[in-house]
Amino acid sequence: MNKHFFGDTAVLLGRSLQHITRSLDTIITTTIMPIAFMLLFVYVFGGAIHTGSHHYVNYLLPGILLITIASGISYTGFRLFTEVKSGIFERFQSMPIARSSVLWAHVLTSLVANLISLVVVVLVALLMGFRSGAGVGPWLEITGILILFTLALTWIAVIPGLSAKTPDGASAFAYPIVFLPFISSAFVPTGTMPGPVRAFAENQPVTSIVNTIRDLFTQQPVSTGIWTALAWCVGILVVAYALAMATYHRKIA
Amino acid sequence: MTTGAAIHVRGLEKSYKKLHVLRSVDFDVAPGSIFALLGSNGAGKTTVVKILSTLLKADAGTTSVNGFDVGTQPGDVRESISLTGQFAAVDEILTGRENLVLVGRLRHLKNPGKLADSLLARFQLTDAAARKVSTYSGGMRRRLDIAMSLIGSPPVIFLDEPTTGLDPEGRLEVWQAVRELAGHGTTVLLTTQYLDEAEQLADRIAILHEGRIIVNGTLAELKLMLPPAKVEYVEKQPTLEDVFFAIVGNDGPGSSEARLATTALDD
Repeated sequence: MNKHFFGDTAVLLGRSLQHITRSLDTIITTTIMPIAFMLLFVYVFGGAIHTGSHHYVNYLLPGILLITIASGISYTGFRLFTEVKSGIFERFQSMPIARSSVLWAHVLTSLVANLISLVVVVLVALLMGFRSGAGVGPWLEITGILILFTLALTWIAVIPGLSAKTPDGASAFAYPIVFLPFISSAFVPTGTMPGPVRAFAENQPVTSIVNTIRDLFTQQPVSTGIWTALAWCVGILVVAYALAMATYHRKIA
Repeated sequence: MTTGAAIHVRGLEKSYKKLHVLRSVDFDVAPGSIFALLGSNGAGKTTVVKILSTLLKADAGTTSVNGFDVGTQPGDVRESISLTGQFAAVDEILTGRENLVLVGRLRHLKNPGKLADSLLARFQLTDAAARKVSTYSGGMRRRLDIAMSLIGSPPVIFLDEPTTGLDPEGRLEVWQAVRELAGHGTTVLLTTQYLDEAEQLADRIAILHEGRIIVNGTLAELKLMLPPAKVEYVEKQPTLEDVFFAIVGNDGPGSSEARLATTALDD
């Protein structure tokens, strides 16, 4: 590893964090969609959905948090795309720095931006009546799972960020991920879904992650589903990282 | 074999899939000189610059920069160069000064703040130092871009179409900055599609056409290749550039230094 890796990453991270603090609106924008979904489902559809939970917002929040991350990484892809197009990415790559620090700074910035968005969404949920008796331990576990999920999706975002031809292309990849929670246990229990849909819903990554977070929020013993959830996160992370690095090496010698 | 050339290129080839962009490019650039690579759009000028700045791998040929082989010693090459790409690659959200400090820190320099201040002064950007770059004019942006390339005093600088998209004033500002660079002993490889730009700045001019260097020489040598000069009497009409500068109150290329000062005041 290049001896400057950590120093260069810190400098570049500081730079992109300045971008974030100077345009907080960009983060707020990524929280609008998840918050809108939350309002819609709690106050419009929620009354007709029977989940066995007294407060539907308690049932709903884990899925909304995943949508928040999916919405946030579309901005990560866009940010990277802008840097590539403006030429500043190449400027950094032609300098005597640890070259991988440029991507890592973007990844860590995505993590920070998403954590801010998640806090905003949780605060809105609290206003809407979300309550959890979970202690510090479960909250830390939830945070850990969300960080892992963010890292996995961020490395996915790096791929179109580096290779997209248009700004739309750099962010549109996130839409399917945003809608994945709708075919999962995030909004309604999977029990009422017809066979094939149910089979998909129960075996896609969102369901195991949502169920694990929900168990932690409601202080239920966490089922073996947590291992499925972690396996999905780590699996996506490894594959996305490999593909992102391949994309990077195709772009830069 | 580098024989002291700051940039040495022999038999350079590069294809993008079926498109054979560089067929066999040869040239040398002497230390401290300005070398212009001239060519129409798509001639492969940017490809040459990207290969020399370690962003692209060549398919064949030998290239060295500052005595280091581009293929096998890319780290040493990156220590020796600065790239100013086709678009002013500056950070829009940061201020001018922050951009310079950022590059100074990435080059692991001791006192990036002090260096930033002296460069801001040298490029008449002191008044705009604390403003976001997104508020800068095209010429100011390019000046900042070039100032960023000087940090760490790399011996070789690549300027890829530095004046494309600039208004006449911005173009003169950049020309002035490039002349200063060479005055400080830096080797400059400049690509351009403007013939007058090469004429104004370069010690040597090479024309890249259909993947090869077809002409390489000084301006005087190039002029000798043309039909001999004839004496003709023609009425001297003002060029549009003369008109432009007459109206905006400048005297054109000759007074670029005075003009730089006035633009700085306007900022």
